[in-house]
Amino acid sequence: MSERYDSLIIGGGHNGLVCAATLAQAGQQVLVLEAREQVGGAAVTEEFAPGFKVSSCAHLLYQLHPQVVTDLKLKDHGLTFVNPDLATIAIGSDGDFLRLHGPEIWGDLPEGELAAYQALRQRLLKMAAALRPLLTMPPPRLGTAGTADRHGLLKMGWTLRKMGQSQLRDFLRIAGMNVADLLEDELSASLLKGALAWDGVVGSHAGPRSPGTVLSYLYRLTGQVDNRQGAIAQPVGGMGTVTRAMLEACQAAGVTVQANAPVGQIKVQNDRACGVVLTDGREIRANAVISNADPRHTFLDLLGARHLDTGFVTRIRRLRAKGNVSKLHLALDGTPSFTGLSARDLAGRLLISPSIDYLEEAFNPAKYGEFSRSPAMEITLPSLQDASLAPGGKQVLSATLCYTPYALKGGWEVMRERLADQVIDQLELYAPGIKAQVIDREILTPRDLEMRFGMAGGHWHHAEMAIDQLLMMRPVPGAAQYATPVAGLYLCGAGSHPGGGVMGVAGMNAAHTILNDKG
Amino acid sequence: MRKDHYKSAVEETPFHRRTAAANHTNLWGRWAGFTTVSCYEEVEREYFAIRNAATLFDLSPMIKYKVTGPEAEAYLNRLVTRDISKLPVGRVAYCLWCDDEGKVLDDGTLFRLSQDDFRLCCQERNLPWLQDAAFGFDVDVEDISSQIAALALQGPTSASVLRALGVSEIDDLRPFNFTQAFFAGGTLLISRTGFTGDLGYELWVDPLLAEALWDRLMEVGAPLGLRPIGSQALDIVRLEAGFIVTNVDFVAANQAVRRNRGRSPFELGLGRLVDLKKGHFNGRRALLRDSKEGPKHNLVLLDIQGNKAAEGAIIYHRKSREVGHVTSAHWSPTCKTNLAFASLQAPYGSEITDDIWAQVYTLKELKWDKVMASCQIVPRPYFNSVRRQVTPPGDW
Amino acid sequence: MKHYDVIIIGAGHNGLTCACYLARAGLDVLVLERNDYIGGAAVSRELYPGWTYSNCSYVCSLLRPEIIRDLELPRHGLQVTPYEGGTTLTRDGDYLASFGDHDIHRREIARHNARDAEAYELYSTELKRQCRFIKPLLLRTPPDPTSFKPRDIKELLYLGKRFGDLGEAQMYETLRFWSMSISDFLDEYFESDLLKAHLAGSGIIGTALGPCSPGSAYVLLHHYMGEVDGNIGAWGFARGGMGAITQAMARSLQGHGGEILMSAGVEQVLVENDRAVGVCLQNGDEYRGRMVISNMDAKRTFLKALDPQHLPDDFLKIVERFKIRGSSGKLNIALDGLPDFPALPKDNPSLSINLHFTDSIERMERAYDDWKRGTWSKDPYLDCLIPTLIDPTMAPPGKHYMTVFVQYAPPYLANGESWDGPNREAFGQTVIDQISEHSPNFRDLILHAEVRSPWDLENEVGLTEGNIFQGELTMDQLLFNRPVPGFAQYRTPVKNLYLCGSSAHPGGGVMGAPGANAAREVMRDLGVRGPAAMAGLRG
Repeated sequence: MSERYDSLIIGGGHNGLVCAATLAQAGQQVLVLEAREQVGGAAVTEEFAPGFKVSSCAHLLYQLHPQVVTDLKLKDHGLTFVNPDLATIAIGSDGDFLRLHGPEIWGDLPEGELAAYQALRQRLLKMAAALRPLLTMPPPRLGTAGTADRHGLLKMGWTLRKMGQSQLRDFLRIAGMNVADLLEDELSASLLKGALAWDGVVGSHAGPRSPGTVLSYLYRLTGQVDNRQGAIAQPVGGMGTVTRAMLEACQAAGVTVQANAPVGQIKVQNDRACGVVLTDGREIRANAVISNADPRHTFLDLLGARHLDTGFVTRIRRLRAKGNVSKLHLALDGTPSFTGLSARDLAGRLLISPSIDYLEEAFNPAKYGEFSRSPAMEITLPSLQDASLAPGGKQVLSATLCYTPYALKGGWEVMRERLADQVIDQLELYAPGIKAQVIDREILTPRDLEMRFGMAGGHWHHAEMAIDQLLMMRPVPGAAQYATPVAGLYLCGAGSHPGGGVMGVAGMNAAHTILNDKG
Repeated sequence: MRKDHYKSAVEETPFHRRTAAANHTNLWGRWAGFTTVSCYEEVEREYFAIRNAATLFDLSPMIKYKVTGPEAEAYLNRLVTRDISKLPVGRVAYCLWCDDEGKVLDDGTLFRLSQDDFRLCCQERNLPWLQDAAFGFDVDVEDISSQIAALALQGPTSASVLRALGVSEIDDLRPFNFTQAFFAGGTLLISRTGFTGDLGYELWVDPLLAEALWDRLMEVGAPLGLRPIGSQALDIVRLEAGFIVTNVDFVAANQAVRRNRGRSPFELGLGRLVDLKKGHFNGRRALLRDSKEGPKHNLVLLDIQGNKAAEGAIIYHRKSREVGHVTSAHWSPTCKTNLAFASLQAPYGSEITDDIWAQVYTLKELKWDKVMASCQIVPRPYFNSVRRQVTPPGDW
Repeated sequence: MKHYDVIIIGAGHNGLTCACYLARAGLDVLVLERNDYIGGAAVSRELYPGWTYSNCSYVCSLLRPEIIRDLELPRHGLQVTPYEGGTTLTRDGDYLASFGDHDIHRREIARHNARDAEAYELYSTELKRQCRFIKPLLLRTPPDPTSFKPRDIKELLYLGKRFGDLGEAQMYETLRFWSMSISDFLDEYFESDLLKAHLAGSGIIGTALGPCSPGSAYVLLHHYMGEVDGNIGAWGFARGGMGAITQAMARSLQGHGGEILMSAGVEQVLVENDRAVGVCLQNGDEYRGRMVISNMDAKRTFLKALDPQHLPDDFLKIVERFKIRGSSGKLNIALDGLPDFPALPKDNPSLSINLHFTDSIERMERAYDDWKRGTWSKDPYLDCLIPTLIDPTMAPPGKHYMTVFVQYAPPYLANGESWDGPNREAFGQTVIDQISEHSPNFRDLILHAEVRSPWDLENEVGLTEGNIFQGELTMDQLLFNRPVPGFAQYRTPVKNLYLCGSSAHPGGGVMGAPGANAAREVMRDLGVRGPAAMAGLRG
């Protein structure tokens, strides 16, 4: 006799957990199956060297949705921050730097630059806030006679209209722009523009001069941490704490969570998903199977093309989902010293993206399957203020590197360590002596992220966040409303609307859709 | 591939030297990149040869795919709307395949050569779709069009021609079965299939043997009235037999610029070829929904008053409401009926079948006459010879 | 002094189109042209004795058939002859050509990739679908999606209905198409990199985007939506060069009483009581009219020809931010004979009418990387044509004229270097070198070569930053955003001042649509009705 649940969730990433908790809170019997030994997906804290722990994929929190925090009572379940609002330190190539915190900037700026920056920031924050309701709306299908779809479209239209004429005009113009043009239109300081451009491109296959990057930037700015829009937070204990709190919320709501339970196959009976078979052969049945795995893996590996139509399968195969981001983790013998930076600065988010041109040059090789000669990077030293992450006196450095394409010419097996060496050499320029401080290191290329976290293509967002893969086209038409062509099978991950980032909204929206389907 | 391909817009089939020699009208048509005979002597004589004796039609431009591999059956069953698992080795199935929306991409004949070896013959080039559909299946799909020459041998005496050729295997050959025979040191694949609604065979052979086959057939067939026919005569008999042609009677869904021009099998009157119970296949979910909602269009065969072929005619209900149009039309010399395929908007052609009219334009000495001709919806096939079914076939 | 109904600044094809329509509506029209010849960027010029150069725009397809007919251009001497496809020569000595004949074309692609030959059918069907949707929008005034005016709402509903009529699946395809890169779009159909490069060229021509930049699929459509005799996507030569188009327009205009004044560069638009009332020329002459229409680009019109005090700050700010970076240069070459391309068969000269030498998307994209760095492409994408293979009037018998469009070339060179002098020379050599790679006798045949950088284009034709489309064709600058949100209906913040050039919807190319659309709006404001039969004014 096999087990049976109302809902079964494949993958205990943050979206899977949010979806599970939301369904369980509504009274469902829910099971979460996680392939790895711990839940959390790409929001986990792991030991990478003896005694050294790090947030091994996402390492900062920008976007966790307030409704998720409240609904799951994450604060009661242990979510606390070392700092809910980190400063960003934009490091220049010749020892100069800027410190950005909220609307303020410290550092050398040309006359009028600060005011221009504040005006731009305010303009974009307001616009992003006006767009925020779109995140929690399941995208409607176009051109159907269904009242829910029509209602959804009207609601979307109304959200836009509510922005008012001048803001809507501004949005409709800049939404299609590239972030470099926008920044160059308003600002003049290279270092500032380079740093801001980072947030428009990180995680995607786009350089600052690629159209659509303003939209990515706005997406990022819709995020709030602790009611601070646009803030960047470092959770106590790393990103694993976020998903740990979600896990507790799940358990409190009665969700069964099984780790070390990789799913091998989604079972289909009478054209309906009816459960899963684990790789160990165990069968579990459920009324709804919900996948937190990426769309490619879900449809092509777990479900199988034969249960789908050819056109749909082809769309999934064409889904652009090749990651460009690598993670470098260093176990350091002591606190590194970055030229010119104070101890307080080191606790912030350090950005090496000194100009738009630098970032664009970093992107160019990625188009041809090569990694950047001078990658741009986002660095944190989480152990500085969180002793749980490193042995006494030692430090952890976590760096996000752009661009390192998934499909690297020559293959990552050969190039992985070369990349690490090159990046450490580059770090040495900014933090002389750091090379000697390295006790141990770990580099995770997109290929490694794919292997470890099961994200096809090693893509953070499960699928490129480009306009043609957003809203009712995310991940592809036919599966953009969380439901899939196979009855009883749903998506709840970053490959669905609204997309990636540790936000939890895809999981929450999916849960609401499933509950609605049940009537 | 040859690099001088730009010198001629069309290619020659393996039978070209023979068909060219026999083509007394020098009328040629273009078919799938090949030049083929429209009419050898006179359309009417060729038509009556099909219904009265035996005829040869050069089928070589048909597109042929080889589908092989351990999952060939599973692949094809996901591809087409019929249940292929029931198709035994040695048998042919007429089938359709649809896109995700359940709209027909093409139709064709599927030969099961062995458990894991199939051949699909069709009008349109479908390689991208067939390859895309192969994703996730252990199967190979290969275009083998240029590796096979083909002739349609059709008509009441066609079995006699084959017997005269020494092919005794045909005595046991039922409709939609095929068999293989030795010919000139090679293999001749003979299927009891055709496009005429009469007794007939299709012969598939290595292109190197094409001319020898033609010559032998003409030699032994002459006393039995065998003659070559062009595409014009064939188009009349296929209408009598109720066969539709892709991109004539409906638009292949992936070639429709206006996407609502695609048609489901139900809308083409071919619902019998759809097996909704066999498990998943391309378009099944859409067709399941359609089968509940009913078709939005109906392709019907019409018997139109008068004797002027109603090509391109607009169809009306009660002479006033425009409800569709004719897709192909011919006067049937055998049935003495003015036949046409017409595509009608539902419920016309399904719930509403009476008071249907065609506006027929006819040219009479440089003056166009417009006639409202009444139409009857008639069953397909309209011409249905017993000869087609009888096994062993007679010496008609 | 004569008071005109309408004064048009610039005798480019759009200025003339606009003028023709207005003159046909019975208005008194004066067109002012700063050069001593008319045509703007649609000109035929004899820069080398015996040769006629289409020295700016060089092929014709986008010119709307409605306009050709309304303005009776054939009667005034315009003849457009279509030519077949184009040929991409590869570095390994092969080629891929487009053929007009469907079956030959299929076999040509199949020579490189069998699947792609069939996928091409699906690809061209999809492009036809996209063209079908957009074509009727070209000769319509774009609605303002943020407005509640009945006219805008009505037009939005019309667009919504057209969009809805596509059906669900095609609606997604359309949204996707408008935002994708041409490289990603082609990846959905094809495997052969050569074929992709062969097709992608249209996605970058005239635009500061690379084939991998989102939005370049639309640029391809922009080049594809033209037609010659109803053949969508076909291109043709205007007999006698592109100047034949504007010459025919001028004759059409003069036939209806319109006036053209050459060597009449406008210094300033005269504004009184917040209304445009006329213009002042560089020589100090003044001309007055009820309406002033500018065929100049948005930057030139608003930032150079107007006193900024007449424009609201918000508006000026967006005009300043209007992206108009030039991305291309051009060579016009007089040839002593037909260059030999050993890779091409000798018996089919039409294969060398239109040549390209970029055989992979990567080469094309790397050419764009150079542009981003502020230098011309070291391995540029060339759109190289020999019009004399079709039009014998452009060179002496047996001689040939070659036009080479070069992508990419930035408007400003890095480090503030000047285009004038050695840089222009080196740029020209880069192009000649690339062609010579494929044609051993090419260099020896050159009798004269004119090299034009974006800087030259700006100086001579007045296109800001040498942008051939009077503004980049990116999502933020199309439809209701072109050139300024809220001012995409040909009107400007200054009453009685209008735009009729490619800075306005639907953008660049020798299309005439902005000119026709502007004429319609001016007539609407003047309460004048045009001849009812004019299809170009119906929208």
